[in-house]
Amino acid sequence: MARTSAIGLDPRAVLLMRLSGARMSPRTLWLIAGGAVALGAVLSFAVLNLGPAGAIILSGPLVISATWGASRAIEDRRRATDRLMTMLVTFAFLLALIPLVSVMWQVIVHGLARFDLTFFTSDMRGVIGAGGGMLHALVGTIIITTATAVISVPIGILTGVYLVEYGHGPLSRSITMLVDVMTGIPSIVAGLFAYALFLIFFGPGVRMGIGGAVALSILMIPVVVRTTEEMLKIVPRDLREAAFALGVPKWRTVVQVVLPAAAAGISAGVIVAIARVIGETAPLLIIAGNTTNTNTNLFSGRMETLPVFLYYSFLQPGVPPQASLDRAWAAALALMLLVMILNLIARLIARLLAPKTA
Amino acid sequence: MSDAPLSEQMAAGSRRRGDAVFSAVVAGAGLLIVAVLFGVAMFLLFQGAPALTASAKDLPGGEGFRSFVLPLLFGTVLSSAIALLIATPLAIGIALFVTFYSHRRLASTLGYVVDLLAAVPSVVFGLWGANFLGPRLVPLYGWLADHFGWIPFFAGPASATGRTMLTAGLVLAIMVVPIVTALSREVFRQTPLLQREAALALGATRWEMIRSVVLPFGRSGVVSATMLGLGRALGETMAVAMVLSLSGGVTFNLISASNPSTIAANIALDFPEATGIKVNALIASGLVLFFITFVVNFLARMIVQRSTPPR
Repeated sequence: MARTSAIGLDPRAVLLMRLSGARMSPRTLWLIAGGAVALGAVLSFAVLNLGPAGAIILSGPLVISATWGASRAIEDRRRATDRLMTMLVTFAFLLALIPLVSVMWQVIVHGLARFDLTFFTSDMRGVIGAGGGMLHALVGTIIITTATAVISVPIGILTGVYLVEYGHGPLSRSITMLVDVMTGIPSIVAGLFAYALFLIFFGPGVRMGIGGAVALSILMIPVVVRTTEEMLKIVPRDLREAAFALGVPKWRTVVQVVLPAAAAGISAGVIVAIARVIGETAPLLIIAGNTTNTNTNLFSGRMETLPVFLYYSFLQPGVPPQASLDRAWAAALALMLLVMILNLIARLIARLLAPKTA
Repeated sequence: MSDAPLSEQMAAGSRRRGDAVFSAVVAGAGLLIVAVLFGVAMFLLFQGAPALTASAKDLPGGEGFRSFVLPLLFGTVLSSAIALLIATPLAIGIALFVTFYSHRRLASTLGYVVDLLAAVPSVVFGLWGANFLGPRLVPLYGWLADHFGWIPFFAGPASATGRTMLTAGLVLAIMVVPIVTALSREVFRQTPLLQREAALALGATRWEMIRSVVLPFGRSGVVSATMLGLGRALGETMAVAMVLSLSGGVTFNLISASNPSTIAANIALDFPEATGIKVNALIASGLVLFFITFVVNFLARMIVQRSTPPR
């Protein structure tokens, strides 16, 4: 924003007009920065042996303090502060990239060790040590996530429609507030919610897949409601009024005019919501449990899921631990791929199916 | 009776019925949310209550509910405090960078990259934190213990696995950053363009413009973003359960091998094997966590609502 001046002057002209003192040339700046980065890299790789992440973390402060010092000496205090802050916020962004790149890199490197056909085609029944796979977990994740979507999507969309098209008055205010509350529920508490509910019908120690779906729905419904609300709000009023003017009843206006106009955004939001709950672990740990068998019955017995499989492979690796840790990393890779693919699909839908006119 | 043709009367009737049915259905969906949440909250209270009245020696720890939950609460608050201390300045910096410093065409892509951090499941962060980040930090912890051991936070002896409170706080910070960044960006973007240009026209440098216009405008938004991040950090389970090597108890020592647990991590670790009154105690501790996150989120929303300028 600050890059182009409001009155449309060439920034270079503005620079010439300034009457303040000396200015560092870009070449000086690059020299200082390059020197500091080189020093940081040497320190990190040769002296402290910290690797590339260490190089970034060490060179950052070096570049920043060197440039700031030079700017204080050559230029004025205000310009030095400006340079300092520019570099600090850039450094903050670069710092945030380190964990992202590192997580992805580690998951790929360690995950590929067991990312083979057996891993996709066998479960863990009777497996001790090497071998085995995540079939039971993948099946469970797909079943539970589908059930979650089946519960959450209708309730979420209908509630969103209610809040935007029908809601005014105390009921809609309290629903809005409750949806806010739901957004903030810690996932482990959602698991306890589902457990407390199922306890009443099935007694203590209950574990079943549908319970996991209920727990995940508590996390997913508010996301779907919010997306639906947002998407319905940007459907132009003119569309509704045109339909009303043609004598179309309100409910058909909503179902056949408003919802189709918002369909792309809502479906993209739903898929993002699915991507978010597919990685949830804590509630499933509580109510869906952990097992080594493939269970396809949502309503009976423990059902393994991908995140829970990852968790237990890490937590109770057995002796020797390496085979189980390899499975944990491979499960992490599978989970990351699932999440990324879902997010990609959501972006594609949003782009391809979006209404052509605003 | 009206004298319109019968078919039209029927159409009007079915139209009204259609409207009535549809509005009942959508209102029903909303009511269902109200009913389910209310009902389940009741069940949960009902299940948690026995732990409050149970005799002290039946509960985990054997000294009553209060001394069971308070150390956990301490761990929860400590880990979240570390996370926020690291994440807040970082997130504000990133939001400023993306909004005001990066190339305008790149801004949305860079924002998306930061959002990717939020898409990584928390178990994956837990695995990464325990198996990769923790061991990498061991030399740093040793150095901290050697040179800054006089500060209670770094008293040592340094953990040999790196699975310490500070590592857990770092991992939590990474998970909180995208939330605080996204909300702060939203607020910064709404700074009135005219005010920004006015500051620049008066000769302010870019940073002076940000300090005098953007930050005052966005202050309450950033505060509430931080509170929402806090809500997330308080309730985060898996990363802490996997990263921290636990021993219970209360200590401010951030780099040793014995660490206080958090409410959420304790539930995740103990619930699968718990029976009887222990289940009730865990549910009651879950209620405590729920109450705290509820209050934090509620305050965050109050701040937003009070400060949202009328449009």
